Amino acid sequence: MASTTATAAEASRRESLPRARGKLYRGDLGMWSWVAHRITGVLTFFFLFVHVLDTALVRVSPNAYDTVINTYKHPLMILFELGLLAAVLFHAFNGIRVMLVDFWSEGPRFQRPMLWTVIVLWLVLMIPAAISMLTRAATELFGG
Amino acid sequence: MTATLSDNDNAVTDLPSDAPPVPEGATMVTVKIERFNPEVDEDLHWESYRVPAMPTDRVLNMLHYIKWYIDGTLTFRRSCAHGVCGSDAMRINGVNRLACKVLMKDMFAKSGETTLTVEPIKGLSVEKDLLVDMEPFFEAYKAIKPYLVTTGNDPSRERTQSVAERERFDDTTKCILCAACTTSCPVYWSEGSYFGPAAIVNAHRFIFDSRDEAAEERLDILNDIDGVWRCRTTFNCTDACPQGIQVTKAIQEVKRALMFRRR
Repeated sequence: MASTTATAAEASRRESLPRARGKLYRGDLGMWSWVAHRITGVLTFFFLFVHVLDTALVRVSPNAYDTVINTYKHPLMILFELGLLAAVLFHAFNGIRVMLVDFWSEGPRFQRPMLWTVIVLWLVLMIPAAISMLTRAATELFGG
Repeated sequence: MTATLSDNDNAVTDLPSDAPPVPEGATMVTVKIERFNPEVDEDLHWESYRVPAMPTDRVLNMLHYIKWYIDGTLTFRRSCAHGVCGSDAMRINGVNRLACKVLMKDMFAKSGETTLTVEPIKGLSVEKDLLVDMEPFFEAYKAIKPYLVTTGNDPSRERTQSVAERERFDDTTKCILCAACTTSCPVYWSEGSYFGPAAIVNAHRFIFDSRDEAAEERLDILNDIDGVWRCRTTFNCTDACPQGIQVTKAIQEVKRALMFRRR
């Protein structure tokens, strides 16, 4: 093993060398589910943040609260609701998958079938939800 | 010798006039390599070469062809060239593979020209071309004490173990330390300090060995902030392992051993 000073010199030399960047890593499906899990998690966090803020407005004045809540009633907000539903559903189902991978000894072996199950469940719930919510938005926007 | 290094992606170096004859049944492919020469280059850049490929050739043969007949400065590691020594891990068409284990017939495009991209593995410093500094990788490996630890007097004969006890850690004995798993891990790319899958696999090999007595010690090392809990189960490592080790499963077993301290 190198001495401490040699290690320091080695470390600074290492710093000066570039790292491979290149193209996107074509990772396993599990990597993309992890990316989606991160994104939906951050989106849900932002919703909760906004939600806490608008509810806290009640402390400022009931009128301010009402004004803000009224802006949410605009039909276009249905798109945001749909996005929130999509993010929360994926995050919830994939969260169960991740827990099974962590705690169930057969989890790693079945990670792919479990991911497909997550996607199918998500679609089964999202398609009817999207249809019903979007038709509601359309009727409210353009009249029934 | 003084080959001009082009930064132009489209510049393709063709076969030199003194190259050996192209064998019958060979297909011309473009091999695009991310290159770096520390003495000349500021940064990494791409270079392309036209190389004849037989379906039975491996990616390593393409690199040999370039080094031997087109540009002798191309630098990469390889030793046994048969998937045993683990020297030639690199990113081939975007995934970590051993160049000596990937057949060209699996790389041919379904239609049109085949372009093969070869890059150094991610997360380690590039010394030259496809050769990276493996020292941080081996430091993590050494940190988990990858050797048998026992106490008391040595037995006068072998340290015996049942078939089931040997089977318990069989999968993780196959590691060849090629770093394909560790450098496929998104956590390793960003958190330079994560032990990485390979170190955990080799810890698993001793933690679950009935003859070894330092399991608790290794579990404590891996319970660290940069230990197994950094694993986000992306399964890139399992996909990348040329030995077919169920890497993520091994990491999860170490996690569960930590949670329940049960072996």
